[in-house]
Amino acid sequence: MPPRSPPARSRAAKRPPTRLTPPSKGRRVYMVAGGVTKFAKAHPEMDFRLMVKRAYDAALRDVPNLTKDRIDGTRISYFSDHFSRQLKAASMVQDYLGLNPKGSVRIEWGGATGGECFQAAYEAVASGRMDVCLGAGYETMSRVATWKGNEFIALASDTNFDFPLGGFYTGYYALMVVRHIYEYLRLGRFAHVKDEREAQRLAIAEGSRIMSMVSVKNHLNALHNPYAQYPKRLTVADVLASEMISYPLTREQICTMSDGAAAVILCDEARAKEFSDRPILVTGVGTGTDTMRLADRPFGKVPLMPRETSSDYTDLPYPGIHSFRAGRSAGLEAYKMAGITDPNRELDFIELHDAYASSEIQTYEDLGLCKYGEGYSFVERGDPFLKGVDYGFPTPKAGAIPVNPSGGLIACGHPVGATGLMQGVFAYWQLQERIPKHFGDAALQLPSPKRGAIHSHAGTGSAVTVSILERGYR
Amino acid sequence: MSAQVPVKTHFREVQEELDRSGRAIFRDKDGNESLVIRFPYSIQYIHSYAEDSPFFLGLADGKLKGSRCTKKGCRFAYATPRGHCMVCGSATEWVDLPLSGKVHSWTTCHFGSEAFLKETPYNLAMVEFEGFGSLLLVRLKDAIEPELYVGMPVEARFNPDPKYLVTDVWFVPKR
Ligand SMILES: [Zn+2]
Repeated sequence: MPPRSPPARSRAAKRPPTRLTPPSKGRRVYMVAGGVTKFAKAHPEMDFRLMVKRAYDAALRDVPNLTKDRIDGTRISYFSDHFSRQLKAASMVQDYLGLNPKGSVRIEWGGATGGECFQAAYEAVASGRMDVCLGAGYETMSRVATWKGNEFIALASDTNFDFPLGGFYTGYYALMVVRHIYEYLRLGRFAHVKDEREAQRLAIAEGSRIMSMVSVKNHLNALHNPYAQYPKRLTVADVLASEMISYPLTREQICTMSDGAAAVILCDEARAKEFSDRPILVTGVGTGTDTMRLADRPFGKVPLMPRETSSDYTDLPYPGIHSFRAGRSAGLEAYKMAGITDPNRELDFIELHDAYASSEIQTYEDLGLCKYGEGYSFVERGDPFLKGVDYGFPTPKAGAIPVNPSGGLIACGHPVGATGLMQGVFAYWQLQERIPKHFGDAALQLPSPKRGAIHSHAGTGSAVTVSILERGYR
Repeated sequence: MSAQVPVKTHFREVQEELDRSGRAIFRDKDGNESLVIRFPYSIQYIHSYAEDSPFFLGLADGKLKGSRCTKKGCRFAYATPRGHCMVCGSATEWVDLPLSGKVHSWTTCHFGSEAFLKETPYNLAMVEFEGFGSLLLVRLKDAIEPELYVGMPVEARFNPDPKYLVTDVWFVPKR
C-alpha cells in the first residue's frame, strides 16, 4: 500500500460545513489527550498498574501544560476480576498513578467496559463535577490459558441457562450470524432457490465469503498501525481456510485475547483551549441495552433511523437474535444529540466493535450506515474500505465511510477494559490529523476528517455505547 | 536473578515451564526479567436456582417448563422461563412447553471453555415453540453439521440420570 496523498478536500466540500453543535446534556466536553500501549498476546513484563501508567504517560506527553495537579479525578475500567486475580484493581491503578486522594470509580460493563469508561469520564465533565477527568482502562488476559479465558468471558452469560451448554461466546455469535444470514441472504439473494437446505448452504457460503472480506480489511489496515497485535495481509481464501471455531466463524474472523491499556483525558472548554491546539469535541453520547439471554430477545418492530420508514421493514421480526437492538438504541441517542440524520454521509469514519467479522456487518445496519439487510452488499460495494488500498478484490465505493481504519479489534486485539478507550484514542488522532505522527506512517490518515464515531459492545449485544467526536478547532 | 528459576525468552516457554516446575523467569528483548509463578484458585459455589428451580426440577421428571404472564391482555409466553414478565412486569405462571419445536438458529462448536473442550464438536441450537414468544438454547445431538438447517423439526430428550443442569435436556432431529 503506497503512502496516501495529502488530504483531499473533495468529500468535505460536498457537505455543509460541520457545525459545533452544543451538547444538549450539560457542558461541552473535549478530548485533549490519549495514549495506548501496544496490544499484545502477553506483557508478562508489565502488570496492570505499569501498563496503565505507560498509556497515561503517553497521553500526558500530548499536553505539556496539563500537569497531574490539574486532573480532578478518574474513571478506571477493567472487565474481569478473574483475569486480574486482584479485586479492586482500579484502586491500585489510581494509587500507582499517584492520583490519591482524588476521586475515582471503577467502570465495568462487559465488552463495552472501555466505551462506558469514556462516557463516564464525559459525564464527570459534562455535569460540572470535574473540569478535567482521566479515563483509563486495561485488561491482562494472558494470565490464564486461552480456553480458561474463554470460560471467564462466557461467565458473562446467564450461568443457569447459557453457560453450561459450552461456555463459549463464539458459539453465541455463530448462532446470531446463522440467523442473520438466514434473514437476509437465504430470504434475500437466495430466495429463488427451491430446496431449503441447498438455499441455506449457499447463503452461509456467501455470508462467509463476505465476512472474510471484512477480516481482510481489518488485518490489512492494521499493517500501518504499530499498536496493532495482528497486522497481516490475508486473502478471502486464507480467512475461509483458517481453523473452524464455531460454524461458520473461522479463527481469522474472530478477535483474540490481549494484554493492553489505554487512557484518555477529557475536559471542559476553557481548559481544552489552554491545553491543546487541536481539541476534539464530544458531540454525542448514546447507550443501549438488551436482554442478557439471546433466547429472550423479542420479535418486535425496528426503531427507525431518521431516513428509514416502517415500510422498509414490514416482515422483519426485530431484533430476534439477528441484530443488536442495543446498538441501534445507542446510535439513535448519540445521533440525535449530535444532530446527525444521515450517518453514512455525516460521519467520516467509525471505529466499531468488530469482536467478530459478523458483528461488524450487523453493526453497519444497527448504526444506520445502511438499512437492515444491506450489510453484505455494503461490504461488497466497498463502502467501509479505505480508498487507494488494494485489498485483493474490487472495492468500488471505497472511502465512502471507512470502518475500523485502525484495524479494529480483529487486528488490534481486544484487551476488554482498554478497547473502547483505544477506539477513542485512534479516533482522536484521526480527527487531529496526527495519525502520521503517532503511527509513524501516513497511510491510515483519512483526508481531513471532521466527525467520527466510536462504538463499544458488550456480550451478545447486551449493552452498547456510541460516542460522536468532532474536530473542535478551526 | 536466582539460578534456581529457569529463564525463558518466549511466553510459550514460560507457560510450559510453569506446567513443569511452577516458576519461570521471563526475559524480554530489553533484558528485563520478570518472575512468573503458578497461582491456583478454585471455588465451590452454593448456587441456588431460586425462582428458576421448577425448570431444573422439571427436567429431572422429563418435563420442559416455560412460563406465561398472568396479566389479562398480555399473557406473553416464555420458552426460557422468567419469574416476571419483561413486557408488563406481572408475575408469570409455570406452563409445560411442547416437547418438540423448530430450529431457529444453530451452530457447531469446535471449541468451548476449558471445561467443555472434551465434548467438542457439539451443536448448539435456538429452538422455537408453537405459541411461545421467546426461544430456548439447547444442545442438539444425533445430527452433524451438513444435516442442520433453520426450520429443522426437533424434539426433546432428557437425561435419565439428572445432573440438575440445563444440559439435562437436549434435542434431536424429529423422527
Ligand atoms: Zn406480561
